[in-house]
Amino acid sequence: MTGAPLPEPAASPTATEEGVPSTARPPQPRWRQTLVLLARNPTAAVAGTVLLLIVLTAVFDEAIAPTGPNEIAVEDRLQPPSLAHPFGTDDLGRDILSRVILGAAVSLRVGFLAVTFALVVGALIGLLAGYYGRWVDDVLMRFMDILFAFPAVLLAIAVLAVRGPGAGNTALAIGIVYVPVFARVTRASVLGVREDVYVRASRSVGASDWRLLTRHVLPNAAPPIIVQTSISLAFAVLAEAALSFLGLGTQPPNPSWGLMLAEGRGFIDLAWWLAFFPGMAIFLTVLCFNLLGDGLRDVLDPRQRTLMAGSGR
Amino acid sequence: MSAPLLEVEDLRVRLRTPRGPAEVVNGLSYTVGRGETVAVVGESGSGKSVSVLALLGLLPARVATVTGSARLDGEDLLTMSPERLREVRGPGVGMVFQDPMTSLNPVLTIGRQLVEGIRAHGEVSKAAAREQAAGLLAEVGLPDPQRALDRYPHELSGGMRQRVVIAIALSNNPALLIADEATTALDVTVQAQILDLVAELQSEHGTGVIWITHDLGVVAGIADRVLVMYGGRCVEDGTVDDVLERPAHPYTRGLLGALPDLAQVGDGELATVPGVPPAPTDLPPGCVFWPRCPVRSDPRCETEQPPLAVVGTSGGTLPHRAATWCEEGSPR
Amino acid sequence: MTDLPQRPTAHAAGVPASDVPASQVPASDVLVSARGLEVHFPVRAGGALRRATGVLRAVDGVDLDIRRGETLGLVGESGCGKSTLGNALLRLVEPTGGTVTFDGTDVTGLDRRALRALRRRAGMVFQDPFASLDPRRTVRQTVSEPLEVHGLRSGRRERAERVAELLELVGLDPAVADRYPHEFSGGQRQRVGIARALAGEPDFLVCDEAIASLDVSVQAQVLNLLRRLQRQLGLTLLFISHDLSAVRYVSDRIAVMYLGRVVEVGPASAVGSDPQMPYTQALLSAVPVPHPSLERTRQRIVLRGDVPSPAAVPSGCRFRTRCPYAFEPCPDVDPALQPVGAPGQLAACHLHGVVGRPVERAEEAVPAAE
Ligand SMILES: Nc1ncnc2c1ncn2[C@@H]1O[C@H](COP(=O)(O)OP(=O)(O)OP(=O)(O)O)[C@@H](O)[C@H]1O
Ligand SMILES: Nc1ncnc2c1ncn2[C@@H]1O[C@H](COP(=O)(O)OP(=O)(O)O)[C@@H](O)[C@H]1O
Ligand code: SF4
Ligand code: SF4
Ligand SMILES: [Mg+2]
Ligand SMILES: [Mg+2]
Repeated sequence: MTGAPLPEPAASPTATEEGVPSTARPPQPRWRQTLVLLARNPTAAVAGTVLLLIVLTAVFDEAIAPTGPNEIAVEDRLQPPSLAHPFGTDDLGRDILSRVILGAAVSLRVGFLAVTFALVVGALIGLLAGYYGRWVDDVLMRFMDILFAFPAVLLAIAVLAVRGPGAGNTALAIGIVYVPVFARVTRASVLGVREDVYVRASRSVGASDWRLLTRHVLPNAAPPIIVQTSISLAFAVLAEAALSFLGLGTQPPNPSWGLMLAEGRGFIDLAWWLAFFPGMAIFLTVLCFNLLGDGLRDVLDPRQRTLMAGSGR
Repeated sequence: MSAPLLEVEDLRVRLRTPRGPAEVVNGLSYTVGRGETVAVVGESGSGKSVSVLALLGLLPARVATVTGSARLDGEDLLTMSPERLREVRGPGVGMVFQDPMTSLNPVLTIGRQLVEGIRAHGEVSKAAAREQAAGLLAEVGLPDPQRALDRYPHELSGGMRQRVVIAIALSNNPALLIADEATTALDVTVQAQILDLVAELQSEHGTGVIWITHDLGVVAGIADRVLVMYGGRCVEDGTVDDVLERPAHPYTRGLLGALPDLAQVGDGELATVPGVPPAPTDLPPGCVFWPRCPVRSDPRCETEQPPLAVVGTSGGTLPHRAATWCEEGSPR
Repeated sequence: MTDLPQRPTAHAAGVPASDVPASQVPASDVLVSARGLEVHFPVRAGGALRRATGVLRAVDGVDLDIRRGETLGLVGESGCGKSTLGNALLRLVEPTGGTVTFDGTDVTGLDRRALRALRRRAGMVFQDPFASLDPRRTVRQTVSEPLEVHGLRSGRRERAERVAELLELVGLDPAVADRYPHEFSGGQRQRVGIARALAGEPDFLVCDEAIASLDVSVQAQVLNLLRRLQRQLGLTLLFISHDLSAVRYVSDRIAVMYLGRVVEVGPASAVGSDPQMPYTQALLSAVPVPHPSLERTRQRIVLRGDVPSPAAVPSGCRFRTRCPYAFEPCPDVDPALQPVGAPGQLAACHLHGVVGRPVERAEEAVPAAE
């Protein structure tokens, strides 16, 4: 390299030549910017707060719950909502509010674990298939197709049959079902980004494949994956419900929202609150995940960022 | 000269944008005579495309407010009923858009699209129209025109597509041809072919031409008159010799100075126009060129819009006008 | 424009290729050199199997020397292989034949690691400044990428200093380093792209249509910048453009490409004002000049027909299907570059003597299509 250090810039740099926009932004860590902007997006902010409350509830379940979830009080059975039992009681006289609170822990844990597994494995497969193409793509995606061809419930049942019931295994079963979904979404998005000029530009300065993948391809391919994540979280909570209903997920008497919904179904015209409150909990959580996902996708896009930062406050 | 073919008066276009209203065209007046070529030059965003789209009622009504008048053969295009406008567009006005893909139907063959155009405005048999279409394609320099007729737009290269669009615009021998950056994406060799073709058409049929471009070399070759746009305004107009050889507006001078010249090998710096054009949502109150003007000195520059004023007439009937407060109209 | 020499009456058989002058300039002066460089792409049929049915000769036997510290302009019509050649010189596309030598080392055989080291010494500026910057990364992240990749500045602070230095060098205010690309105009983005390309202190820069998508007044700003940087840093520049006036302005020498081959090369003044190859003559004569009086009297050489497809290159001289002078040896002998005209000027045309490799006569003139 003949690399002499670069000489001094020209005496009067042409910096002012092109009227640089003058909205100076103080440099802030990116995650804080993201949080600030999320907070400014009203829908996302509300959704985030509600989710945070739900998560806190799940974490401190035993401390918050008015009674033990499995405390049977036959004399109080099928009470409608009242001051003593805000959500009412079930056919065994158990407090529904307490069961919903404890169910949150089970449902959310299964949902998060399942989606995390599907996201990590699926996105990795999609990334490799989309970026390297050719035989890597063929092999990985054929495998995903096969996985996808199995009916979801059958696949989950098979996994649970092999590994036995339990929260962890339920999550694994649901996660495996979602791996091909994430693989496909990621691959499609990566295919679009892979040929972008800035990826080639980055390669032209010597960036390694790993760097290209993690710094350029993945971030730019992320928006559809984020959306898919929030959708999948919602479906995972529902899937857990379905498996519990089939007796493969959470085992009674332990509560999960899905299981409670399933059990309450039989009493729907007799005592609506049995199914209603766990149903509402699922609905609210799913809605919040989706809203937060949308907000996050917008906030992570620098093009939208400036617009929002400009108009917000 | 008899009545001009097209007479545009005080054309104004305002667009609703997410960043507020944009004054994209601000009081444009010009005429195009029969057989005359008027070149509209200016940088991107100066309002060239919008000003001609407005003439043909092609701006989305939801966002655009167009005022002023534009009389084609005495009939005002801006107040015309949509039905009448459609009738006029084919045989009266041919338009070549900047992006050829948007003006071709992707699911019809080139031949279908040409033949339809030809037959829509005249009594021609299918076979004759096809013959005519092939002839047009040959004229715009498309190799193997017979085979090209049966191809779909996506099977042609960008340059070939642009030539097809030009052929379609010419197919009805329009009285007025509007070409918006029609040859910008083409190679110089192909561009030359097309410019020749248009010149031929003009001398044969007396077609009036509005040629939008930012290539001043093309302007020098084809234009009778030049209109320089900046920030939605006409800042200078006149005969091609006046404007290109004796530019009066500081912007025109800057533009010409910034061009590397094929005639000489570069030594020293190219003159540049510092800065960037203004956003149409945020035009300066006085002269639109003020923020970038190297010779702004008059106190009115910053506060008052300079009117288009005659700066000279080089023998002909057409005045050379410029919108600037600065006095010296010295040749470059 | 000088007249071409008389056509040789009797056509001599082509001389063997080894007699062809191999080098265009003294070897010690050469930084980058291509010999017989080929980039052939498979042409695939549609349909499920996607069988290769032919070969597209994007770059087809290019001999080119680029001198240390010079600006070589590369011109030619759309699709003639300029970008592919520029990319192949940096091995951003893999050559399928021939060699590329960079500062004495053959880069066609380099392994991954050596290749990445090469990328520090050779940068690229891309055509579209809107597409060539990662929208999700700040200017700082973009410009410092080469520094990180090659471990050129350790530590945040040193990197920040270097980024500021680079931004100033290309005429941007270092205070804008933490902005995202969408906050800049086209000209400013192109400056960021140039700063990135310069970060590794390269010796060689390929500018592929670096000014094509900019406004006229901004083009001049970037052209001036490139010239200044080239002098200041002693860069070697390959300036690819279809704008002949701009190429003429910035280049010391000009190479003209046609259908995958360099058909004429020489000092900018010679190629620009006294071209020796019929294609160059036609190309130059088609450039409009912004002077009405000159423009009206300009003599234009009209070329008939389109550029043939690089998937169906005519035999012998590849320009013969459009050449107004084509004569007997043209379909049979593939012309080699030979010295003609000014010192250092080379052109591949039989009008200056039939030099080149005889070919098997092809079926017949290939239709200009596709
Ligand atoms: N990856 C590829 N696969 C197949 N063909 C290709 C590929 N890249 C380029 N080509 C073809 O190779 C030829 C040369 O392309 P190239 O991009 O080098 O042209 P160019 O001279 O830079 O043109 P332009 O001036 O339009 O940029 C063209 O016919 C193009 O279609
Ligand atoms: N449909 C539209 N909505 C909003 N703004 C527009 C629209 N079309 C054009 N503009 C704006 O109007 C201005 C002039 O545009 P245009 O006439 O296309 O410029 P030119 O053709 O001179 O490059 C630009 O700032 C452009 O962004
Ligand atoms: S009016 Fe003033 S600012 Fe505008 S161009 Fe003339 S001198 Fe420059
Ligand atoms: S060698 Fe090629 S360029 Fe020269 S006369 Fe023959 S066809 Fe024309
Ligand atoms: Mg336009
Ligand atoms: Mg190219």
